[in-house]
Amino acid sequence: MTNFLQALAPATRTYRDHSQPLWRRILLSREAAVIGAVLLVIIVASVSVRAFGKPITATYLLLDIAPILLIALPMTLIIITGEIDLSVASIVGLSSVTLGVLHSNGMPIEAAAVVALIVGAIAGALNGFLITIVGLPSLAVTIGTLALYRGLAVGLLGTKAVTEFSEFWTSLAKSKIGASAIPSVVIPIVILAVIFGVLLHLTPFGRGVYAIGLSAEAARFSGIHVERTKFTLFMLSGLVSALAGIYYTLRFSSARGDNATGLELSVIAAVLLGGVSIFGGRGSTLGPIAGAALIGVLASALRLANVTSDVINIITGTLLVASVVATSFLAWLHTKRIRPGKKTETLVAAKG
Amino acid sequence: MSSSTEPPTPALELNRIAKAFGAVIALTSGTLALQSGSIHALVGENGAGKSTLVKIIAGLYQRDSGEFLLDGKSVDFTSTAQSKAAGIAVIYQEPTLFPDLSVTENIFMGRQPTRSFGRIDRKRMHEEALGLFARLGVRLDPERPTLGLSIADQQLIEIAKAISLDAKVLVMDEPTAALSGIEVERLFAVARSLRDEGRALLFISHRFDEVFDLCDTVTIMRDGAYIDTSPIAETTVEQIVRQMVGRDVSALFPKEEAVIGDDVLVVEGLTEHGVFENVSFTVKSGEIVALAGLVGAGRSEIARAVFGVDPYSAGRVTIGGVTVPHRNPAAAMKLGLALVPEDRRKQGLVLETSVARNATMAIRSQLTRSGLLFTRPENAAAREWASRLEVKAAALDTEAGTLSGGNQQKVVLAKWLATKPTVLIVDEPTRGIDVGTKAEVHRLLSQLAGQGLAILMISSELPEVLGMADRVLVVREGHITAEISRADATAESVMFAATHAASEIAQ
Repeated sequence: MTNFLQALAPATRTYRDHSQPLWRRILLSREAAVIGAVLLVIIVASVSVRAFGKPITATYLLLDIAPILLIALPMTLIIITGEIDLSVASIVGLSSVTLGVLHSNGMPIEAAAVVALIVGAIAGALNGFLITIVGLPSLAVTIGTLALYRGLAVGLLGTKAVTEFSEFWTSLAKSKIGASAIPSVVIPIVILAVIFGVLLHLTPFGRGVYAIGLSAEAARFSGIHVERTKFTLFMLSGLVSALAGIYYTLRFSSARGDNATGLELSVIAAVLLGGVSIFGGRGSTLGPIAGAALIGVLASALRLANVTSDVINIITGTLLVASVVATSFLAWLHTKRIRPGKKTETLVAAKG
Repeated sequence: MSSSTEPPTPALELNRIAKAFGAVIALTSGTLALQSGSIHALVGENGAGKSTLVKIIAGLYQRDSGEFLLDGKSVDFTSTAQSKAAGIAVIYQEPTLFPDLSVTENIFMGRQPTRSFGRIDRKRMHEEALGLFARLGVRLDPERPTLGLSIADQQLIEIAKAISLDAKVLVMDEPTAALSGIEVERLFAVARSLRDEGRALLFISHRFDEVFDLCDTVTIMRDGAYIDTSPIAETTVEQIVRQMVGRDVSALFPKEEAVIGDDVLVVEGLTEHGVFENVSFTVKSGEIVALAGLVGAGRSEIARAVFGVDPYSAGRVTIGGVTVPHRNPAAAMKLGLALVPEDRRKQGLVLETSVARNATMAIRSQLTRSGLLFTRPENAAAREWASRLEVKAAALDTEAGTLSGGNQQKVVLAKWLATKPTVLIVDEPTRGIDVGTKAEVHRLLSQLAGQGLAILMISSELPEVLGMADRVLVVREGHITAEISRADATAESVMFAATHAASEIAQ
């Protein structure tokens, strides 16, 4: 190795770590806004909706949003790379049916669950193969596999449902931590959230995820394995969706082909609401968790206030559109501000 | 001008046109006069201002100052539509047609002849298209889609379009760059017949044989300014090259003497069909080797293939005797290869992320502790390397895209020097950056070589090539056609090799 350090200037310049103080960066972050919104809804609902303050509300709320929280974790990373996975809810259904069919044919539930996880990982890997190796757009691929995996799930079990599961596992899925109102399913979710959070924020792999989302070409020129990264993420998405499928089956003691239909939209809504950019490159794991909480808390409070589900959908939908519009608007303002310099640079580059 | 009688009013005349983009001056004094019934050549190095001048003629850019006369009358185009309406047609190197529409539909796009109730008169359109091709003497089915047509045929469609608009001035911006010999002949035949119809043609080319074959007058530009115009019969290739380069180039870049060691990077028989063929060269430690040639000759493609971003179908790359795997930039980086790419904004940097993240992007795996990457060591490394390269930035979390071009390039250099490479490939290292930073980059490259780094430099700027390189490899149409030592490298010899086939150089 050559020692060329002498050719360079001594490292004596100083740079501040951040151009803005900590409080500003936190207050202006998207995560802070969503967490603030969750707290606001909780406070308003506790005061104005009669049953909302009861512990049972929190229990059901967490049981309900558990699959969304789980799948939102890999979905966050996928959307940060600029891709999307619409097949997640179908993988939930497929793993649910796999578990039910194998178990009803005499396989122990533990072994059937492992097979269901493997099926989920394979389904995710097929998505990854089509997107990274064949080179198709993820939107098209996963719309296709959304139908394919759901079709397989319904085809395997028809309109029947497998409902014979051991009491131990089904009650575990609904159990609470000690005497608290918090369901046990929160524990694996927290563990997975930490794992995904570390993966995204504290590893070279995570740095690659962000770089791919902002500029796949620059990422490739930096030695980042763009295809390998995306493939891994789609496989993880399949695996976690299968896990959510097992939970879903046990919680309702029912393996059905149409389990969790439409869940992918709630997951994507939570991720986008949590400040992850649909164009890729921006977001964190905390945001989507808060986003899922906001959707859950809002739906729960409105339901207790006897608002019908179609109205709840209208409100969540409006919230999502408003949040995406707000993000785009802020980004537009930002480009407006720095544009003069940028434009000159582009023209000069084009000249050569 | 040698003409003894008063010359007729030029069809198009530009006088002392100036154009700047922000702080970068593209044109200081562009002057050009096109006569009807004549083919006029415009030549100059890359960056001499030819393209800017053409874009002003086309109405794409507006001049900052100077005179623009059409048939003796001053004009101010603010759009390409206006210049078209005034009878100016520009044919670019790569025509932009609608691939799914037919040849005829492309010719009459936006001004289709109509019958009653605004219905398109397909029959008349078809007949007019046939008439145009008959006049040009080319055979093309007017009803086929343009998808799949060669670039030569697409250019002819553009020319047909220009004639149907009765353009008096035709500008062809490097039309032959992507054409084969026969296609060039056909294009020239068309160009001559247009000249004989009394139109004024402007022909931009890097190939002097074509300039001498086709044109009757030549204008030379350099550094954004007009240098000279002369009848083709009264000049020679040597004189034109001298006028194109025309400055004391060796004084600009004080190159340090370096001890040249053993071969470090060895490339053998690298081939990707249609892009580059059988490319072999070596770079020794302490040596700066320049890949010179015209834009589009395949130099960047070779560099990208060596680094592993682009594929190659045959050949071998080794560093210090170890084979660099095919298509795996991460593995190439581990072996000590670094590439500062051509397009800083798309390939070199992730513009929307911070200076720190960019500076540490290539060494992020080395900064981990038990697999985890924390901001503290990341910022420490970024601070060190940004400081060594004297990057001017407010803070480490400043977005790279907000820095000036020169500072962006310093961040890219920091990113790659942080990997402590043994071979550094720099592709157009000073393109679009200010003069001060340019000199800094040159000093840096020279000193890095002095410390034993092997450097492969791609540059389209002759003074940079001549000032910096220990050896010059000239690439023409995907082949290395000449290897010129520092002592023998002159603007003339490099330019000649870049524009002539290897067989002609040997003679």
